[in-house]
Amino acid sequence: MNTSTPKLPPIATLGPFIALLLACIFFATQSDRFLSLQNFSLILQQVMVVGVIAIGQTLIILTAGIDLSCGMVMALGGIVMTKFAADYGLSAPVAIACGIAATTLFGLLNGLLVTRIKLPPFIVTLGTLNIAFAITQLYSRSQTVTDIPEGMTFLGNTLKMGSTSIAYGVLLMLALYLVTWLWLRETAPGRHIYAVGNSPEATRLTGIPTDRVLLGVYVLAGVFYGIASLLSVARTGAGDPNAGQTENLDAITAVVLGGTSLFGGRGIILGTLVGAMIVGVFRNGLTLMGVSSVYQILVTGILVILAVATDQMSRKGVR
Amino acid sequence: MKKATVLTLTVLALAASSAFAADPVIGLITKTDSNPFFVKMKEGAEAEGKKLGAKVLSGAGKIDGDNAGQITAMENMIAAGAKTILITPSDAKAIIPAIKKAQAQGVMVIALDSPTDPVSAVDALFATDNFKAGVLIGQYAKAALGDKKPVIATLDLFPGHPVGAQRHNGFLQGYGLKSLDAKSNDLAQPSEVVCMADSFGDAAKGQTGMENCLQKNPGINLVYTINEPAAAGAYKALKAAGKEKGVVIVSVDGGCAGIKDVAAGVITATSQQYPLKMASMGVAAGVEYAKTGKKASGYTDTGVTLIAAKSMPGVDSKDVKTGTDLCWGNK
Repeated sequence: MNTSTPKLPPIATLGPFIALLLACIFFATQSDRFLSLQNFSLILQQVMVVGVIAIGQTLIILTAGIDLSCGMVMALGGIVMTKFAADYGLSAPVAIACGIAATTLFGLLNGLLVTRIKLPPFIVTLGTLNIAFAITQLYSRSQTVTDIPEGMTFLGNTLKMGSTSIAYGVLLMLALYLVTWLWLRETAPGRHIYAVGNSPEATRLTGIPTDRVLLGVYVLAGVFYGIASLLSVARTGAGDPNAGQTENLDAITAVVLGGTSLFGGRGIILGTLVGAMIVGVFRNGLTLMGVSSVYQILVTGILVILAVATDQMSRKGVR
Repeated sequence: MKKATVLTLTVLALAASSAFAADPVIGLITKTDSNPFFVKMKEGAEAEGKKLGAKVLSGAGKIDGDNAGQITAMENMIAAGAKTILITPSDAKAIIPAIKKAQAQGVMVIALDSPTDPVSAVDALFATDNFKAGVLIGQYAKAALGDKKPVIATLDLFPGHPVGAQRHNGFLQGYGLKSLDAKSNDLAQPSEVVCMADSFGDAAKGQTGMENCLQKNPGINLVYTINEPAAAGAYKALKAAGKEKGVVIVSVDGGCAGIKDVAAGVITATSQQYPLKMASMGVAAGVEYAKTGKKASGYTDTGVTLIAAKSMPGVDSKDVKTGTDLCWGNK
């Protein structure tokens, strides 16, 4: 069987980039404060949390799965790392590691339920979404944690770059996208993810351990959610138990807008970054235009339908 | 079959015990389980229940605006024997049929924190006057800005929410700008308001909204925020832009975390409200009804106090110490 990454038809690959470009051109004509390096740096900062969550989500969606718990798990990670630092006086690196460990454990839980108990990912993560939310609320007693060490908010600080400044967290996000992109393209485990998404049965028959690949994807996604929770804490400067409530759908939106197919097996990780940027650009642009946030939600909905429709139409060509 | 027997016996035992139970059963339904304001309200109700010897059941919708979830909770609580329902309605109009049904069964329904529409649909309302809360911070902001031309950003809740509209419009009226009246659900936007963003009462979304507003107009010198988490987010955005010293941020809530922010200079002034008072008044009314059959009635303003670190001439505000003594949340 040919296990090389399936080539996407041009429209699905270029579509997101074109959409982003058109959106930027539109907003540049509507507001003279849109087109600036500083504004773009701002937008990148605003999407960095969802952006990193969406890396994990992309991996899962590539296997034809889905993860509804990502936002709540991220919130749990944030509460664990901030409360561990505030309550037990742990140093920032140790507390951060604990937070990431917590989110990875949830990833493991999701993966085990999907691979061992053979439950559909939608159902599993619907359940773990609620479990993570409840644990976060109970453990934090619904109180925001503000007493956190300096080291934990470092990624929210910015680095001067020419005429603008860029947050360290954004640089981390971009680096993670680059590394994941290379990993998916060039390594065997990366290619296996596409193979499992394309056809789990055929993949299994060629001797690739499908269950292990799937489990690995959910655990790895958990790690990304942990990193995202650190970015969230760094950006807001606090451990917020009410964070992450809409991030699951935001992450799935970014993945879909980026051209990755919900049916698995096709998609480029960099497309997800573009998808996240599209949402951020609309939110920023509409605020600059003075348009209500309700319209941003409407536009996002329309774009999602267009993206999925494009994917469906291009699928007819390939198969 | 054994399982069925045990189940039947348990149900009979419960039924028997509830028939003999002296403790009044009161149900508290909040908008959500996660907003600290409602968490504190629940704790206040349970504490008062213990004090007065009443059983307090609690429930909530899933998210702000989840009317169906509140209706379900209400039905379940009445089935469990609640004779008084205390509710912070997520939807002022849509909850009315369920309230009418409850009242037809002899249940007293009291609205807490947010009014129903019409207000007369419930037996009594114990709430903050959210419009007044807005007016107080508006008046303070006017005094704080003095002669400076106001360039205002508002970080609101989300479109169409009565509490969000009342606080927003009250703030503008208190400042002396063109506004809408307390009954309106729309957000007024006089020309001095250069940017309006929705924060959903969330710190991260408030931060994003403030960043985008600053991008639109870097000259913003006054920020109204729907609640203190949104204010904290706004402050982060202002600090990142180096503007935190020159911009006045006002808010509503008076939670202990928010008062700490007033002390720290993050929030300039906030209107403090009293969820614990609403809850304990509600529980006390429920116990009274169960014991004497006398229903509570009318609107009781549970009070709102302007808290600011610095007092302004012509505006009556209380200091941070008073705010801390009265605050709700973890001190």
